[in-house]
Amino acid sequence: MNLQVNPTRMELLRLKKRLRVAVRGHKLLKDKLDELMKNFLELVEENRRLRTEVEEGLTRAFRGFAMARAVLSWSYLETALGAHRERRGVTAKPVRRMNMEIPHFLLDEEEPNIYPYGLAETTGDLDEAVRRLHAVFKPLVQLAEVEKTVELMAGEIERTRRRVNALEHVLIPQLEEQARYITMKLEENERGNLVRLMKVKEIVGHG
Amino acid sequence: MTSYRMAAIGEADSIIGFLALGVEIHPVTSTGEAASVLNKLVDPEEKYGIIFITETVAEEIMDRITALGERAFPTVLLIPSNQGGKGYAFERIRKIVERAVGADILMGKEGRQQ
Repeated sequence: MNLQVNPTRMELLRLKKRLRVAVRGHKLLKDKLDELMKNFLELVEENRRLRTEVEEGLTRAFRGFAMARAVLSWSYLETALGAHRERRGVTAKPVRRMNMEIPHFLLDEEEPNIYPYGLAETTGDLDEAVRRLHAVFKPLVQLAEVEKTVELMAGEIERTRRRVNALEHVLIPQLEEQARYITMKLEENERGNLVRLMKVKEIVGHG
Repeated sequence: MTSYRMAAIGEADSIIGFLALGVEIHPVTSTGEAASVLNKLVDPEEKYGIIFITETVAEEIMDRITALGERAFPTVLLIPSNQGGKGYAFERIRKIVERAVGADILMGKEGRQQ
């Protein structure tokens, strides 16, 4: 351990001040970590719920598209589904939460008619598939948001924990050790001084 | 408040449906192709908010996807392919949680359900 400090009263005062700050910082960070953890676990649970819902919905919708693909050609399907459709975007607003920038997604206004093609030339399977896919779109976007939040939060938790550990196991013990070293050194000096005085008194007394 | 685009990457048959939602589709046939498309789309200039990518093509480029996790945009989301979910997405979250919490807290729950 690094004990390269000047054993002076000034240094001792300085160390004690630093120690106070470190202890306070440690407490604050620990509180933050607890809070993060609580939020995190809730989010993970929500993520799991959404993910299950979305995967189920998507798998069923995809099955419908596969059926449609069996009867219709790729290029036909591509035109039918995409031709008259405007690109739909998402609006994202970054939200600040616990010192992290988290995206909040909002889907743009939906077109009232979800079937982009003429009903005459396509199969009922396709309608069903499109309907299913639409139903799962909102949860899907929500899942994107939740999953990203979980990811960002995991990083933040890791960083915060590393800081808490560094304070708890390195900085604070080190400062305490240095403070103890100075106190002992000062006491030792004091004793040395006392002995010297006694010696001087003895010599003076004899003379 | 900024507007972003959405895109889907995957095998053509899996992602064709996204056309109906107004999402751009980028059909790929190999993971190498998927990686290069993804690299092009994650450029901030391109303004993609959410990129859906099927598990089957994402498998080999998981590291790249995980690396993107640190950024707010774009959000890369794994979706099952038309072959059904392989559970990579769950696995990915499980790993993230394990790293953050230091313990596997999800397994217990899923284990009980089975």
